[in-house]
Amino acid sequence: MAIVTLTIDGLAVSGRDDETLLSIARQHGVEIPTLCHLDGLTDVGACRLCLLEVEGSTRLLPACTAKPVEGMVVHTSTPKLQRYRRMIIEMLASEGNHHCAVCVSHEHCELQRLAGSVGLQSVRVPYLYPDKKLDATHPLFVMDHNRCVLCTRCVRVCHEVEGAHTWDVGFRGIKSEIVAGLRVPWGDVESCTSCGKCVSVCPTGALFAKGATVAAMEKRTAFVKYLVTARRSKEWVGDILEEGDE
Amino acid sequence: MTAIDPAPVTRRPRVATAWLGGCSGCHMSFLDMDERLIELAGKIDLVYSPIADVKVFPADVDVTLVEGAVTNDENEHAARTIRRNSRFVVSFGDCATAGNVTAMRNRFTREELLQLAYVDLARGEIPTIPNDTTLAKLLVRARPLHEFVPVDAFLHGCPPSADEIWLAVSALVEGRKLELPAAYQRYG
Repeated sequence: MAIVTLTIDGLAVSGRDDETLLSIARQHGVEIPTLCHLDGLTDVGACRLCLLEVEGSTRLLPACTAKPVEGMVVHTSTPKLQRYRRMIIEMLASEGNHHCAVCVSHEHCELQRLAGSVGLQSVRVPYLYPDKKLDATHPLFVMDHNRCVLCTRCVRVCHEVEGAHTWDVGFRGIKSEIVAGLRVPWGDVESCTSCGKCVSVCPTGALFAKGATVAAMEKRTAFVKYLVTARRSKEWVGDILEEGDE
Repeated sequence: MTAIDPAPVTRRPRVATAWLGGCSGCHMSFLDMDERLIELAGKIDLVYSPIADVKVFPADVDVTLVEGAVTNDENEHAARTIRRNSRFVVSFGDCATAGNVTAMRNRFTREELLQLAYVDLARGEIPTIPNDTTLAKLLVRARPLHEFVPVDAFLHGCPPSADEIWLAVSALVEGRKLELPAAYQRYG
């Protein structure tokens, strides 16, 4: 481990070389939009929202997985990045069947919030209206693939925190989908402990509690970092309550 | 949002509202502007609307608010007429903007949909799929307005709130740039 110094949006900052650029940026008050990232889970760079421009490189780097290099000059919010972020949200919207107004996560949805923050006015690519399924075989929870953005937070929290590995990703490309067990109905998967962690970390209304009605699902995610920190460093520290909690 | 050219000073702005494939909820929200409607009525000529008995969409309209997705051939025809005759077209609410509830039928074929609605779920009478030639024909899929014609601005919400509509409409009829507060810059 070494300390490196770099420039983020004109700000001279320093960080450990084993930290991610996202972590360093946030420590210095630079906000970068993310969707698949969740504090406490391994980063996979799946959603591409946190892409950064690095001077001297033609490649864009995902902040959640990229490590700092001494003297690096990073830009987090250039017009090009802003344009790409908006395009990503538009494509996520067009590839699902989100129907926000009648969704359990309406007004508490990370995708919806991101759409607002990137200035989305309308989706400029044609909506695909894919034929996706809903799995209501679990006694407590529902997986609605229509609202899934394939962030894989559910897969990671189930594997890394709960240790059950009930979820995984099946198929390829635009046909990719989250699968339970070896792609069987969720309710038939014996590894599922019904802990509900996947439901809590899902950024949209894809995973929700049975009986939830429109706009009724509010997700709480801070527990993940709290648990992971406790396990790794035997320190029960950090926030477990979130903004809005009583 | 695109800026609108200032409305001609020689006459009152000609405003229209249209109702395509939607539930009329956006228009209900429009009416929820309450006493502000009186103020608005003093500033504009409402030349076409479901709440005004006008049969044909007129020419030379300054601002048109369009509620609903484009779900049948009549909607598509109307969308093109509206675009041709309006200087500024606003997608009014989530169905016009994103398809929304109207587009939830897209997972079914038209045949399945009609069978479900008029036969399988029919109660009482002898189930029949209406096939009168005067009825509008469903498009294969319900789609947002901007997939058919260029749209100048989008009002989100199901429905957009009366306050949001008031802000947007008063800006547009006064020829001001349409800039909504951050709270309204949301999707769906």
